[in-house]
Amino acid sequence: MSVQSRARLARIRTFIDSLNLPAVYLILVITFVTAYLLTTLFGRGDFLSSSTLTNMMVRSVALGIVAVGQTFVILGASIDLSVAYLISVTAVMASYIMQGETSNIPLALAVVLGIGVVVGTVNGLIVTRLKVNPLITTLGTGLVMHGILNASFDNFVGAVPSSFQVLGYDNVGPVPVSVLLLATVVLLGNFILQRTTFGAHLYSVGGSEETARLSGVRTSRVIIGAHIICSLTAVLTGLFIVSRTGAGAPWLGPDGVYDLESIAVTVLGGTALSGGKGGVWGTIAGVFIFAILATLFNQIGMDTYLRQVLRGLIIIIAVAAYQYRSKEQAA
Amino acid sequence: MTDTTSGQPKPSQPVLVMRGITKRFPGVLALNDVSLECYAGEVHAIVGENGAGKSTLMKILVGAYQPDSGEIVLNGRPVHFRHPREAQSSSLSIIYQEFNLLPDRTVAQNIFMGREPVRRGLIDNRAMVERTQELLAQLKADHYIRPNMLIRQLSVAQQQIVEIAKSLSFEARVLVMDEPTAALSPSEIEILFRIVEDLKKRGIALVYISHRFNEIFQIADRVTVLKDGERVATRDINDVTASGLVHLMVGRELSQYYPPYAKSEDIGAPFVTIQNGGNARLHNINLELRRGEVVGVAGLQGSGRTELARAIFGAEPFTSGTITINGKTVRIDRPRSAIQSNIGLLTEDRKQEGLALKQSVRDNVLLAQRALRGIFSRVTRKAHEDASQLVERVDVRSAGLDQQVQYLSGGNQQKVVLAKWLATDVDLLIFDEPTRGIDVNAKSNIHEIIRQLAQAGKAVLMISSELPEVIGMGDRILVMRDGTIAGELPKGPEETEIMLLATGEQVSI
Repeated sequence: MSVQSRARLARIRTFIDSLNLPAVYLILVITFVTAYLLTTLFGRGDFLSSSTLTNMMVRSVALGIVAVGQTFVILGASIDLSVAYLISVTAVMASYIMQGETSNIPLALAVVLGIGVVVGTVNGLIVTRLKVNPLITTLGTGLVMHGILNASFDNFVGAVPSSFQVLGYDNVGPVPVSVLLLATVVLLGNFILQRTTFGAHLYSVGGSEETARLSGVRTSRVIIGAHIICSLTAVLTGLFIVSRTGAGAPWLGPDGVYDLESIAVTVLGGTALSGGKGGVWGTIAGVFIFAILATLFNQIGMDTYLRQVLRGLIIIIAVAAYQYRSKEQAA
Repeated sequence: MTDTTSGQPKPSQPVLVMRGITKRFPGVLALNDVSLECYAGEVHAIVGENGAGKSTLMKILVGAYQPDSGEIVLNGRPVHFRHPREAQSSSLSIIYQEFNLLPDRTVAQNIFMGREPVRRGLIDNRAMVERTQELLAQLKADHYIRPNMLIRQLSVAQQQIVEIAKSLSFEARVLVMDEPTAALSPSEIEILFRIVEDLKKRGIALVYISHRFNEIFQIADRVTVLKDGERVATRDINDVTASGLVHLMVGRELSQYYPPYAKSEDIGAPFVTIQNGGNARLHNINLELRRGEVVGVAGLQGSGRTELARAIFGAEPFTSGTITINGKTVRIDRPRSAIQSNIGLLTEDRKQEGLALKQSVRDNVLLAQRALRGIFSRVTRKAHEDASQLVERVDVRSAGLDQQVQYLSGGNQQKVVLAKWLATDVDLLIFDEPTRGIDVNAKSNIHEIIRQLAQAGKAVLMISSELPEVIGMGDRILVMRDGTIAGELPKGPEETEIMLLATGEQVSI
């Protein structure tokens, strides 16, 4: 390699460093290129076609929205395992209330958003006031929702009107409405984290609750707030899913493994499970990585269980790489 | 000793007055009628043994504790803080030994944590960075600390400067510093002292808590001595000597600081020999440690002292060279193999590395011993008896073997770590800063124990940044510089000899 090109590479490197992107974007690029090469190699469809790309984006919406919320609670050193069941509750309640009537949409929205606020508040209160470990808290509230739902409904309930399915299927120009929804949630989430005092305080509480408290931050409020935001994103995900399926069913959330997957993509995106470090940009990269893998696996027709094995390995390798990197930085 | 305050005239009103502060904890009178006055532009040192009441007094001052009686007057007005944040907003700041900074947030975000400047409902990042820049410029630190740097990227000394900048941002009139130099190198201490001088000139009153007398004599204007929760004296620094202060603190003259050196006939065969040891931080390490001998290690911060201890203990093992123990070549690549070779390490950072804080005294004492056994072996009643004997032997003052270690004083915690290693029948004990942050009495107590261990035939390697301690304890002294042993000195050298080796100045022969 010539001296010039080396210097150019070094300059590019400094430029990329100056952007300060989460390390996960490197993995995203690698995944994308690998997927592209593999599909081309196997001759299974055009990976770069707009329909494939659009499909990938739509695939990312359900997980992406709730993962933004999950990022909030994890940044605050909490966690939320109840999102999958809240997604089911939302889907079922929305389609039950709507009963195929457009006129019922506002009521349905009000009810499910209300449920989201209540669930988030309850989670947050149990974590901050009763000092119950958040893992246990949200496991508990999730099971409660699961039980109530299964006792009341067993399969598809009600229906959403076609006017509501705009959310799931329509486009604004070339862009699907659902992708716009995801983009809005991501941008709004990033805005809250970076530009509001609530966001700054969330990072402080996650970094060290005691330090935040000594700095005058009302730590309980911040954690409760993060839980409410997380639950609201679960509600949005539930609404998106039900707009796709046309009717809600109790198993929609747990079947999508939205609880564990939202945690996985958040961590894959570089947000520390111990809190205080990370952000939604990393998380959304993690979501895209999952979507690219899913598309790739589909196109080359990979065995379902092997997919899980690969995804599991990728998460572990990525987080191990972050650990290694942060050790290097510390040294 | 009838007049407890100096007779010198003081400028105007004191900025801070604490009057008749009394605080009672269950079973203990922590503070008894303590008074303190601080004037603008003075450095007021507070000294006293651990448990003398220094930290309780400071916690009351900033509102972390409430006094049972007494009053605090700040700028002529009586105040009553219920929360450290209230004190801060009233221009009274404290910098603790352990900083309250978030490693993954920027300097600016840390300084304005909890009171971010807001414009139209949003954080005004530009204003935050600008104000941080101004604060750093006031401390002449703006050319090496930038508002957007992460705390993680800063050295301990730089983090301390950020803490000081933070207190300036509250327009502190009174600044309390608790052992500010504990983790700083000599050159960093110099920078800190320059900042302290600056703060004095701006009329800030500094309350300076330290165990290091040489620092106190360097920067303090007055010194208050606390003992057993009472104020013994407040003196002008020019009116006291170091031994006078010790006398006031402990109520007796410490005629002999250090136990006698080992007699040459008591020094036995080499126990550990290291040849050409090296790793990422160390190179060309050659040393012999003999039974019955205390080897002192001196060197500046960053010279590789702690790294040497960690290498011998296998925590950051040597990657080259040979280690011989009792004539046999061994491989020490992790702490477990070091412990199996009867090597013990007492780390500098007791709380993080040496103790399980929430476990009992007994569990801590038995920790290393248990770790070496199989997972199914049961701890016998004998082990419990052994534990209590060891605790007695090193004279731990605790409420009992079941007390959680976190409630013990620093000196007693160190003794628990010592007992832990004694429980494993070690042959080589490595002490890294064995008396850091420990009061005078417990200090000589620990020196006694170290000497007794050598007399009992153990090899001892003792790292210390306090030269008198190295000189007083070392039968032989190794001086480190730039990751290697720069030289070896026989017992009782002059401080200057050590400093010359440590800084790399040639010793003229």
